[in-house]
Order: sequence, then structure tokens, then C-alpha cells
Amino acid sequence: MDLLTPGPGLIIWQLFVFVLLVILLGKLAWNPILSSLKEREESIQQALDSAEKAKVEMAALKSDNEKLLREAREERDKILRDAREAANRLHDQAQNDAKKNADKIIEDAKAIIQTEKNAALRDVKAQVAMFSLEIADKLIKNNLKDDKAQKELADTFIKDLKLN
Amino acid sequence: MKKPFFAVKSSFLILFFIGFSSIFSPILGADEAGHEPEPFNASEVILHHVLDDHQWHIADWLVIPLPVIVYSEEKGLEIFSSSRFYDHHNVVEYNGYKLEHSHIYLADSGKAVFDLSITKNVAMLLINATLLLVVFTSVAKGFTKNKGNAPQGVQSFFEPIILFVRDEIVKPNIEHHYERFLPYMLTLFFFILFGNLLGLLPGAGNLTGNIAVTMTLALITFLITNFNGNKGYWGHILWTPGVPLPLRIVILPVEIIGIFTKPFSLMIRLFVAITAGHIVLLSLICLTFIFGSIYVGFASSLIVLFINLIELLVAGIQAYVFTMFSSMYIGMAVQDHGHDH
Repeated sequence: MDLLTPGPGLIIWQLFVFVLLVILLGKLAWNPILSSLKEREESIQQALDSAEKAKVEMAALKSDNEKLLREAREERDKILRDAREAANRLHDQAQNDAKKNADKIIEDAKAIIQTEKNAALRDVKAQVAMFSLEIADKLIKNNLKDDKAQKELADTFIKDLKLN
Repeated sequence: MKKPFFAVKSSFLILFFIGFSSIFSPILGADEAGHEPEPFNASEVILHHVLDDHQWHIADWLVIPLPVIVYSEEKGLEIFSSSRFYDHHNVVEYNGYKLEHSHIYLADSGKAVFDLSITKNVAMLLINATLLLVVFTSVAKGFTKNKGNAPQGVQSFFEPIILFVRDEIVKPNIEHHYERFLPYMLTLFFFILFGNLLGLLPGAGNLTGNIAVTMTLALITFLITNFNGNKGYWGHILWTPGVPLPLRIVILPVEIIGIFTKPFSLMIRLFVAITAGHIVLLSLICLTFIFGSIYVGFASSLIVLFINLIELLVAGIQAYVFTMFSSMYIGMAVQDHGHDH
């Protein structure tokens, strides 16, 4: 068994023991060790992945919430704006209607007043004519109460006639 | 990633090393005092520690006999204790077998027998394998027990190393089907790492610095590489694309030699790194006995301590390098070629 010549006995022992060792250790040690190492790595990776996923979901949820909030705010603004517009419109319409009504009433009143006025004027005119006739009647009666006056008047007529 | 690992192991091993040096010196001292003063042969001592043996010589008063298993056509299969070859310090014949320079021969014909003995390195191999089984089944138990919880105890100690092998060595080199080769790569990595560290213990055998061991490991990588080689891999070797025809004739033998140089380099690298480390350590210790001076002993012990720390680093690096190159070779064989060049 010299330094540089491999002894055949040792080679056989080494081959036998080492191959047996690979098989035994493979079954009893490396297999369970490597598979549980792998399992652990996978579970760590899974935990990391799910944490990352949760983070992304949270962010999505937050942005969703913000979006909802923004939409709600917009909706509210829109509703308020619409309400204000509707109120304004109603107000204007009411004003218009009221004005129109008032105008109509005034117009009607004016028309009635005019007719009343005309009727009153007609009455007054008739009355005046009556009064005038009565006055004239009285005057004439008064002026022709004696013959002389009657004769004078006749004379004037005749005179006028002659002249014509 | 490896720092705490080395920190724990190194303090552990320094303790051992102190024990080692203290065991070592009385042995040799006693040797010189007990027998007739014979010249101290450093290279013999070193080689004896680096090489395989039929008995486990930890100290002169602590020699563990190991079972000898031999087969020969003449005598068939026989099992007996290696202590039969030793009568005190003398090597004797036993039952028609003789032991010469750690090789067993038939005593009468001088023919070498087929030696399947549990030598020191085989014993180390069995200890290493048992340790790996015990440690990693308990790690696996930790994984099933603490399912869904933080790792605990021995599990949390080895988990980063397993992850390092998976994510830094195997995954980047093999890519697509790396999971298929993970059991082999993890076993390879921890076998070499544990073997290297055990080899640094005092009295331990030089398992991963034995060329038979590194050869077997390299051979397994070689077989896995070439049996898993896809069309692209063989196409690259036999009919290198994008190269003019006359050059292909030159490239073909180079590529074919390349198939074999890859595992060869694996074999040599681990063997040399570990054996050289052991030789350096032992040489420094032997300096003490060559000079026979306590001051040299003190100085060389300090240097040995330092080298031992480097050896701890080398133990990790060599395990890493062997596994990484194995993954690279296999990765080259199974990858989809054609898009990356």
C-alpha cells in the first residue's frame, strides 16, 4: 500500500460504502431535508406574495374609495346645482306669472274704468242736454210771456226772411 | 457562512492537537530510550502515518488490531485478526500468510492475495460513514420535528452549509436538473469534509488523502458525468462545432483525453492537498526529534498549530473544490449546448 498505488481492497470498500452512503443518506437525510427546505422556501415566498397582493388590493380599495367619494361629491354638487336651478326657475316663473296676472288685472280694471267712464260721460251728456232743454224752455217761456215780445220776435223772423 | 463552523471545530481540534503532541513525544522518546539507539528515520515515521496499515497504531501502548480479510485461489476466503502477524514488535507469519510492507502474501509461493481487510483507512471510512449517517439523520429529524418552525441545534448548524452546497455549488453549475444530483453532491461534500477533519485528529488515518479513496470518488463523478452526457456534450467532444475540419482532427484526441483528465485532476488534487498537509505537519513534528531539542519542539509546535489551522481551512476548501468541479463537469454534460457560445 504505497503512496501512489491505490489499494484494490480500499477501492472496493470505498466504492461499496460510499454508494451505500449516497443511497442511505439520500433516503434518510437529503430527501427530507431538501424537501422541507423547499417547502419552507415556498411558504415564505407565498407569504411574501400574499402580502404583496394584500398591499395591491389595499391600494386598489383605497383608490376605489377615493373614486367613490369623488363621485359622491360630484353627485352632491350636481344635485345641489340642479336644485338651485330648479328653485330659480320656479321663482322666476312664479314672478312672471304674478306679473302677468297683475298686468291682466290692471288691464281689466282699466277697461272697466274706461267703459264706466264712457257710460258716465254719456249719462252726463244726456243730463246736460236735458238741463239745457229745460233751461231753454224756461227761457223761451219767460221771454214770450207777453204779446209784445212775441210780436217782436215774429218781426225779427220776418225781417230775416225778407232779407233772404 | 463557514466561519462559525471552523471556529467551533478549530478550538475543538486545537485541544486534540495538544493531546496529540503530548502523546507523540513520549512514544518516540520511549522508543529511543527502550531500544538500542537507532537513527531516527523521519521519512519512515511520516510515511507510516500517511499510509494505510493493517493495524491501528495510535501509540505504542495503544495498538488496535483490525480484521484481516484475504482471498486467494489456494486458500479461499479467510478472516483473522491482524494481531496474529505481530509478536510484540516483530512481524511473523501466520497460517501460511506473511505480511511484508503492509502487503499480504502467501508464505510458501510468495503470491499476493486479494486483500479485503478492514485496514486503518477502511475503519476510518466506516467511522466517517457512521458519523455522517448519525449526524445527518439527526439533522433530518430536526427538519421533520421543527416543521414550520425555526431550525434548532444541529439542524441550524448544518442547514446553512447544506444551503451553501445547494445554492452556491450545485445550482449554478448544473442549472436545470440540479436536483437529481443533489444527494450525490451533498454526500460527496460532507464525506470529504468530515473525512478531512477526522484525518486531522491525532491518531486518525489519512482517509481522504489516500489515492484509492480519491480515485473512487473521481471515478463515480466520471461515471455520472459520462452516463448523463447528452447529445450536446458528446457532440462537443466528437464533432466540435464551429471549428474547421482539419482542426477537428487535432481537437478530437484532445477532447477525448479531456474526458479522462477531468476526473484525474479531481483525484490528484484532493490526494495531494490532504497528504501534503499531513506530511508538512508530521515533518514539523519530526524536526523536534531530529534536533532532539525542547526549544525546537516548542517552536515547531507553534508552527504546527498554525499549519493545523490552515489545514482546517484546506479541509473545507478541498471539499468545496471537489464538489464544485464535480458539479461543473456534470453540469457541462447535462446542459443544453448551442445557445451559450
